[in-house]
Amino acid sequence: MLEGLLIGLQTALSFQNLLMVIGGCLIGTFIGMLPGLGPMSIIAIMIPVAISMGDPAAALILLAGVYYGAIFGGSTSSILLNAPGVAGTVASSFDGYPMAQQGKAGKALTIAAISSFAGGSIGALLLMVFAPALSSVALLFHSAEYFALMVVGLSAIAAFAGTGQVAKAMIMTLLGLIMATVGEGALFNLPRFTMGIMDLQSGFGFITLAMAMFALPEALFLVLKPKNLQGDDGEITDLRITGAEAKAIAPVIGRQSLQGFFIGVLPGAGATIASFLGYAVERNIAPKHEQDEFGKGSIKGLAAPETANNAACTGSFVPLLTLGIPGSGTTAILLGALIALNVTPGPRLMIDNPQIFWAVIMSMFIGNLVLLILNLPLIPYIAKVLSVPRTYLIPFILFFTLMGAYIGQNNATELLLLVGFGICATALKFADYPLAPLLIGFILGGMMEDNFSRSMQLYDGIGFIWERPMTLALLVVAALLIVLPSYRARRAKARAEGVAEGD
Amino acid sequence: MALDRWVALVLLGICLAYGYAAWFTMDGNLAPFMRRNPIWPSTFPKVLSVLGIFATLIILLGIEKAAPKDAEIDYRRLHEYHLGQALLLLALMVAYALCLRPLGFLFSTSAFLILGSLTLGERKWHIMVPVAVSATFGVWYLVQEVLGIYMRPLPGFIGG
Repeated sequence: MLEGLLIGLQTALSFQNLLMVIGGCLIGTFIGMLPGLGPMSIIAIMIPVAISMGDPAAALILLAGVYYGAIFGGSTSSILLNAPGVAGTVASSFDGYPMAQQGKAGKALTIAAISSFAGGSIGALLLMVFAPALSSVALLFHSAEYFALMVVGLSAIAAFAGTGQVAKAMIMTLLGLIMATVGEGALFNLPRFTMGIMDLQSGFGFITLAMAMFALPEALFLVLKPKNLQGDDGEITDLRITGAEAKAIAPVIGRQSLQGFFIGVLPGAGATIASFLGYAVERNIAPKHEQDEFGKGSIKGLAAPETANNAACTGSFVPLLTLGIPGSGTTAILLGALIALNVTPGPRLMIDNPQIFWAVIMSMFIGNLVLLILNLPLIPYIAKVLSVPRTYLIPFILFFTLMGAYIGQNNATELLLLVGFGICATALKFADYPLAPLLIGFILGGMMEDNFSRSMQLYDGIGFIWERPMTLALLVVAALLIVLPSYRARRAKARAEGVAEGD
Repeated sequence: MALDRWVALVLLGICLAYGYAAWFTMDGNLAPFMRRNPIWPSTFPKVLSVLGIFATLIILLGIEKAAPKDAEIDYRRLHEYHLGQALLLLALMVAYALCLRPLGFLFSTSAFLILGSLTLGERKWHIMVPVAVSATFGVWYLVQEVLGIYMRPLPGFIGG
């Protein structure tokens, strides 16, 4: 391994490859900040540039840099504008945006930068040590376990909606799953619920829905009831984090680096699931008084998804590099780029092309460091976007919202859908229905149905539930996640009534 | 009836319509060989429709009551807020969607940004117009020239 490390270090530290890392991180950060352009689309756009270089190591280093940069940029727009362009950074807006509203935008961005750096670096370390062994663990998971894992993920999301909100979160999750079934399913190729509308054949666009659920209602609320976006004086202050805050988020970073990485290793369960599960786990294990802070600007609530999504991004390289199986949409695009460069990822990659394997791992460390060094000093300037007067800021938020939906699908109908969904989302917000579960249900819907269908076909029915112990165990966990919060809420209510009656 | 229960009622209607399509109309054209499969295109939607109806009934029948929270905006006093501005901006977005292709990106976007600021009360034309026009050109250049995503810049009748 030491020899491999030296080869990787030598390759990654060459002048050309250093330029690739820095350039990739900068391009990724800049474009990732624009809501609507996620890592998949940015990497897809960058592939011709990478292939034209002819050097597979340099190409993969550039694309990996773009990937990390995009995730970091997505966090920035989540925190500052509540407009997550990347599914993996949706959870970062839960606490990052309230922090920005409380005048702690600088602090939120600093926590995001440090957590991303730590998550990415620890993830790269784990990748280096565990890559070969972890690939065999991932192989144990079949479609039944993936389906059960997704049920656990969705149940966790419904559960963390809070006391007395589980049913509402469940409805929203189911609505997201229902919306995911519109259009042609991957397994059947039959149009469903399209009502004969051609534009619905490929289903609803994720970006359109994400913008409609988060950016549009927020902008409309800003219009309805104007408020100072940034607090008192419009200046970004409190950029540093205190020793106590660092001490509070350190264990979160440690836990979520590990958890995020392992979730990232599982094909299909990428940065999105990692960030939401990370958020749910940290919320559930936090003391009661800290639990109440989640969703209102908790530093732990921001550090958890930020660490987990970066660690998961690194983890998703394990099945790609060691098995040749893409773990996520983004790594699927990277796989296509590698094949175009005549490199076949798989168990023989470490033997045939050690310089590529190790250079990519080393460039992950360098890329994370570059992101931290470049972006931390730039935070006050990045956060200045909030000091723009609302008469300019709101039309620009609306414009970027519209552009995100338009660029994603290149279809003007998406813009009308965006406005329609945005109005519905605002009504749901008025009625206190949580919107995040809908989006996550929508993202996971397709994968969940595919895995469910495959399991049904393999076992000729729902026998897979009790014939695969791991599936059964995961589904029991999911049921507990739904039942326990309701039980706790009922018990708390009964106790409160008992106190009121003088018991 | 509280707004959340009205919303639950609407969602129940959606789940019922979805369930009706999944249970009664979707499998009509299914090829005979597919009917032997343990899984049909309607299987997953059927499960979702049942769960959806069950979950909406929990809210509708008041089985789970949410703790009352201080709303950010009270929908019963909506007329006291800047409702006109919000509705105008929504209308502008619809107009932008309809005009983007026929009028081209540069004209539609500049107009959207200027009219958006105007709707929100901005009257400094000497700042508003240059900001809108330069931002429009900047975004167009980035998207079209750097990222290579085609966007018609001008209306068709003047060569866009």
